Amino acid sequence: MAKRPDLLPGTLDMLILKTLSRAPMHGYGIALSIKRQSEDVLTVEEGSLYPALQRLLLQGWVKAEWKMTETKRRARFYTLTAAGRRQLGLELTQFEQMIAAIGRVLQDA
Amino acid sequence: MNWLARTLRKLFFIAGRDRRNRELEEEMAFHRGLAEKELVADGLPPDRAHYAVIRQFGNEARLRDESAAATSLWCETALHDLRFAVRQLRRSPGFAATAILILTLGIGAAVAIFSFVDAALIRPLPYRDSSRLAILYESIPLGPRFHLSYLDYLDWKQQNTVFSSLDVYAPYGFVLQTPAGSQQVDGVRVSAGFFRTLGVTPVLGRDLDTRDEQPNQQRTALLSYAAWQRRFGGRKDVLGQSVTLDGNLTTIVGVLPRTFHFAPAEPADFWGIERSTGGCEKRRDCHNLFGVARLKPGVSFNAAFADIRTIADNLARQYPDSNRDQKAFMLPITEVILGDIRPILLVVLAGASLLLLIAAVNVASLLLVRTERRRRETAVRGALGASRARLIRQFVTEGMVLALSSGVLGVLSAWGAMDMFLRLLPKDMLASMPYLERVGLNPAVLAFAVLVALAGGLFFSLLPAWRVMAADIRDGLAEGARGSSGTVWRRFGSHLVVAELAMAVVLLVGAGLLGKSLYRLLHTDLGLVPDHLALLAVVATGHSYDSAPQQVALERQLQSRLSMLPGVRSVAFTTALPLGDADGTSTFSIVGVPPDQVHREVAVRDVSANYFSTLEARLVSGRYFVEDEDATRPRVVVINQQLAKQYFPGQNPIGRQVSFSSNGKAPMQIVGLIDDIQEGQLDAAPRAAMYLPFLQSPGNYFAVVIRTTQREDSLLPVAVAAVHQVDPRLAVDEPITMAERLHDSPSASLHRCSAWLVGGFAVLALVLSTVGLYGVIAYSVGQRTREIGVRMALGAQRSSIYRLILRQAGALTLVGILFGLTGSLAATSLVGKLLFQVRSWDLTTLAAVALVLAAAAMVASFLPAHRAASVNPTEALHAE
Repeated sequence: MAKRPDLLPGTLDMLILKTLSRAPMHGYGIALSIKRQSEDVLTVEEGSLYPALQRLLLQGWVKAEWKMTETKRRARFYTLTAAGRRQLGLELTQFEQMIAAIGRVLQDA
Repeated sequence: MNWLARTLRKLFFIAGRDRRNRELEEEMAFHRGLAEKELVADGLPPDRAHYAVIRQFGNEARLRDESAAATSLWCETALHDLRFAVRQLRRSPGFAATAILILTLGIGAAVAIFSFVDAALIRPLPYRDSSRLAILYESIPLGPRFHLSYLDYLDWKQQNTVFSSLDVYAPYGFVLQTPAGSQQVDGVRVSAGFFRTLGVTPVLGRDLDTRDEQPNQQRTALLSYAAWQRRFGGRKDVLGQSVTLDGNLTTIVGVLPRTFHFAPAEPADFWGIERSTGGCEKRRDCHNLFGVARLKPGVSFNAAFADIRTIADNLARQYPDSNRDQKAFMLPITEVILGDIRPILLVVLAGASLLLLIAAVNVASLLLVRTERRRRETAVRGALGASRARLIRQFVTEGMVLALSSGVLGVLSAWGAMDMFLRLLPKDMLASMPYLERVGLNPAVLAFAVLVALAGGLFFSLLPAWRVMAADIRDGLAEGARGSSGTVWRRFGSHLVVAELAMAVVLLVGAGLLGKSLYRLLHTDLGLVPDHLALLAVVATGHSYDSAPQQVALERQLQSRLSMLPGVRSVAFTTALPLGDADGTSTFSIVGVPPDQVHREVAVRDVSANYFSTLEARLVSGRYFVEDEDATRPRVVVINQQLAKQYFPGQNPIGRQVSFSSNGKAPMQIVGLIDDIQEGQLDAAPRAAMYLPFLQSPGNYFAVVIRTTQREDSLLPVAVAAVHQVDPRLAVDEPITMAERLHDSPSASLHRCSAWLVGGFAVLALVLSTVGLYGVIAYSVGQRTREIGVRMALGAQRSSIYRLILRQAGALTLVGILFGLTGSLAATSLVGKLLFQVRSWDLTTLAAVALVLAAAAMVASFLPAHRAASVNPTEALHAE
């Protein structure tokens, strides 16, 4: 199996927040969504997903509640909070500035 | 979000921890379920899908741990680590106790010595801006640190342009009238500005001022704080009270601060005033004062020194009779007060530091062995999901627990040790080193202890942590894979042991040199037989003893009264006891030798006729005095070898005449020549001395020497009582035996202290490094059991196994000794200053140290060698 590119460091929180900004989701859904949206380029390791979610909970950027899925199973759904939305905006701006800066450096002069 | 809110939420999180862990587990199970379902949908058989998901998920325990770490408080994990560390240490109490004991020794010694260094060398002296203070002396051909005369002081004070103030002091024994009789008390006479020059103000009452110096004024004095407490119970109404000092009514006008001390004149209870009216103060050739001066701002020490040197040279030209060869000399006050003790403290501090290093290295090697033994445990914990950081933090916690608990014990033992070290010094000597009163557990010393413990903790945690980092988990798990790690440890451990042995050699050499030097010092030829000699001083003041006949009569009375005491063989008198400061000197001329540019100075003692026979001095030629050699007979002197060598080289001095005046007036005939009696300190160079018959130059101060047939110390109180029976007004001082005077003399005490301390450190170092060597060899034998079994199975003799192990130990010891000897040659420059008649590269000491260490090393390695040779080949081969 070819090694897939790792996530850029520090971007996982942003990806989770962005994913949750579309709809509340459970952990598996978040991982699946990121994978699909990136057309199978980005894979979120479960090993880093759950610690990240705990971190976001602690910061107060997401809320979690237990709900029933369509298949009648109990799952924990994560929702973006107002603080989380603000944080997402902040991280997106920083990320775009960073990408633009990297782009300028990489451009052939 | 602010820190407080986050912490609160964290606390809230922790409160529901169990529930949250369950939730997390359920959540992950749900996740796995969905992932599994998807893989099955993709066509994977269900059981393979199950394992694929588990593999993908990774180590569940670590995952939980990391999720928990994201939400738990830092101190919580730390507390957990701490509990675990203590449990681990309790599980191997032998290791924990050994490590803590060794470290406690090292830290305790270092902290105790540091408290002395702090009190003496780091704390500033209790004067304003003490770096600007200098002590002034007159230097004469005998040496640089001699008294100046009052008239010279006045000229120096008036003519100099470099000092903002210049004052004088003179240590002085006052005779205090008490209801119980006269008593000699320690004091100082100072000029009025003395305390202002030092920048010290009394805590009670007023400072001395120029009015107090006026001849018609009532005499005044200040009290030291200790004397105020001891003699006057610390009462405020002491001001204005009068005491009788030297027969003069003296008013107490003030009390000095508690922190004040002035070592050059201590101990001192009374600080009286120096007046121009004394007999000595009127003569330029009577030297009885030392100067203390404060440099003007901007004036350098050297510029000031040059200035007073010029003044002294001018005075020498102006008054050639009294001032010929009298030059100025000056030293910074710190040098005067701490100059003697600084090299000793530095040597002892270096010794304590080496011991601490050895202790640290020893514990480090114990820890390393333990780490190696725990590789399996570490590997298992790693495989079960402990992150590397978590493992390392565990080691750091263990190291810190070790270091800090030894730190606490070390401080406690240092507290006891300080007291013990202080008791090594005789009381008189301690009184002359008042700054040592501040030895104790103060913030600076505690800070030092904390620093040492933290540094130790860091060292002890990073070392095993580094080994864990270097190790691979799979290596640790693999059965029998200890070969490579064992080699690494063996090599590293060997380096540590070599370092330990080398440091022990340095300490042993230091101790050996100091010990030999102490022995030489205590066995210097004193020119007398020191056992069975009781000594005391009698001071006769008051009008009944002013005239020569009265003084002679008193001498007769004392002589006959003391001789009657049981166990007394003979009683003799002198004006200054041997092993003193060799002061009391005078210039002299030789009759028949034209006055030239040679300065002749000699220590002068007025002694009773039987003085030499009582001391059992050695007559070289001529004769001693006879009993009735008094003022009616021709004046005679006995001289010592040093004088003959110095001023009558190649001639027979017997029959020659000498005089104290430059024109040969009142000549004295040399009738006897004796071997040098050590007048000065044990390590002082011999000094020319002249002995005059007491009856021809009587005085009112009697240093009494009693030769006894029984124990001399039991005689002392009886002798003091006998003197008071002669006249209760006589002040008796310093009853002591000659043996005590010898052992408690400043030079012997300092030597003894440094020799004992460094010797103690060296013995500990020897034990620790031998134990360290034993550890390395024993470990290596344990590792090589299988190899040894194979060798024996193939026919190796037991003797060759012994050789194998002993050769390994021998090589380490040899390298350690070689490094140590090289190191000690480099380090001896530090010790060199303290040595008496011993060269710093004393070959016998070096050889003895090498032998001692080699012998100890052989004993330490014989046990493991014996164990190796007793290996049963069959068992060894079956063991794995």
